[in-house]
Amino acid sequence: MLTSIVEKLKTSFPDSITVVQEFRGETTVHVKKDSIVSVCLHLRDDASSLFDYCSDVCGADAYTPENRFEVIYNLYSTSLNHRIRIKTFVDETDMHCPSVISVWPGANWPERETFDMFGIIFDGHNDLRRMYMPEEFEYHPLRKDFPMMGIPDSIPLPRK
Amino acid sequence: MNVEQAMEIRQQKILAALENKNTSVYFMDALDNEMILNMGPQHPATHGVLRLLIKLDGETVAACVPELGYLHRGYEKLAENCSYHEFIPHTDRLDYLSPLMNNTAYVLAVEKLIGVEAPKRAQYIRTIISEMARVSSHLLGIGALAMDVGALTVFTWAFREREKMYDIFELLTGARFTTSFTRVGGLAHDMTPDVIAAVTAFFDQFPEKFNECIKMLNTNRIFVERLDGVGVISKEKAISMGMSGPNLRATGLECDLRKTNPYLVYNELDFSIPVFNDGDSLARYYVRLNEVKESVKIIRQCLEKMPAGPVHANEPKKVLPRKERIYTKMEELIHDFMLVNFGVNPPVGEVYHAVEASKGELGFYIQSRGEGHPWRLKIRSPSFMNLQSTSLLVEGGMISDIVAVLGSLDPVMGEADK
Repeated sequence: MLTSIVEKLKTSFPDSITVVQEFRGETTVHVKKDSIVSVCLHLRDDASSLFDYCSDVCGADAYTPENRFEVIYNLYSTSLNHRIRIKTFVDETDMHCPSVISVWPGANWPERETFDMFGIIFDGHNDLRRMYMPEEFEYHPLRKDFPMMGIPDSIPLPRK
Repeated sequence: MNVEQAMEIRQQKILAALENKNTSVYFMDALDNEMILNMGPQHPATHGVLRLLIKLDGETVAACVPELGYLHRGYEKLAENCSYHEFIPHTDRLDYLSPLMNNTAYVLAVEKLIGVEAPKRAQYIRTIISEMARVSSHLLGIGALAMDVGALTVFTWAFREREKMYDIFELLTGARFTTSFTRVGGLAHDMTPDVIAAVTAFFDQFPEKFNECIKMLNTNRIFVERLDGVGVISKEKAISMGMSGPNLRATGLECDLRKTNPYLVYNELDFSIPVFNDGDSLARYYVRLNEVKESVKIIRQCLEKMPAGPVHANEPKKVLPRKERIYTKMEELIHDFMLVNFGVNPPVGEVYHAVEASKGELGFYIQSRGEGHPWRLKIRSPSFMNLQSTSLLVEGGMISDIVAVLGSLDPVMGEADK
């Protein structure tokens, strides 16, 4: 089922799909950052895929010199009942990634969370604020170079 | 002089009486201008520490901005720094109304990653405890919703039933709330006959007590009218906003992971998925109410069909050995040492496993680099995604409907804030 979707994706976007992985019955497709919105639109609207439900958008810090950050989209189709995972890479020198809230409005808060935790700026997002951390907080806590114990005095405490 | 002019003069006289050389007074109609109201984070109707900033036009909500993060504890960061087993107690604190469900969801994701499967009996017990967690969570959801719109009795009645369930959880796991009952590849221990007897006895008396509760609500005209047609969302909108669980099924979409992607033993059981089409707060309440009845059916079937046998997978290098064997057997001692100190070493890869939790699709996305701890663990929490639609649901409605909408969405902030 999913192989036909991946094949169709490859023929429609020959330059954008770099890697296709299969693990424990789950398909992960690596997509170039610039074409992420058009790939997502294709996946949502194409009659054989119909991924109308964006389960989650999240980031990950691979901690590599190049393409350090990953943005991961877990998609689900409510009508055809299948899942796919799309992954795109963001380099540390250019922390921008196109936003997919035009495709799935529900990606709004997960993208804000990803921005909060990793500092990835989603272009085209209308309300890119921090989700959990205070606005004056300078760091992005889920990056691998942020210590688990936190940084002293990074959050000002209320005066007594 | 007509009535309006008389009122005007009266008003001016009152104001003049209040004025002196330091104070000037003028009258402004409260309905003529907009005001910003801050609701929360400490507000009884927000079910935790949710903050809503509301722009009001008279009594109508013009805009609503939810603010999260008051209960953010950084569980995803913690997960990267502890082994797969060590993270199980943290899952109790996510959706603290159904901790057993979170335990089950988490170990199912880890088991998918490392490639073990729990034995049949363990899966049946996991199904029972998941459904019990769903019943207890929905009882609180219904009770708190009723309390928010002014029916206090049902809340105490629902809590009485929940207390009985927590006694069973204590008997089963040793703790009422922080259960940490599941293990990778099995359970902490087997369900003893007296627990089974307690569960059976509880569910023998429960339907009658539950019917008393819902009779109080379904025939209560105030309750029904406070919810009917309030906070409506269409099916298409709910899907695109990432809603899940009872809130999504209240919009008319039959989407339940227990049916569409069966896990545990749900494909061996006979149950139906309640679906309502209105998409309003009343429909969300009806979905929960009927889900409780279905859960009771599921639990009864599980108790009937539950096979005998072990509750741990026979995978010595991946599943924690029994305590009594660690003290007496060399092999088990070595395995215990390795598992506790270095953890299960799963293959390199990434998995996403979602279950139908009481609030909706609870998913764990795990990236593994072959180490004893996850490289990245993402919790897809249903409350977080459901809360996203709050502003859509309340905008254009009355301010008093906000509590009804929030109560019917049934968010848990422990899960939404992670």
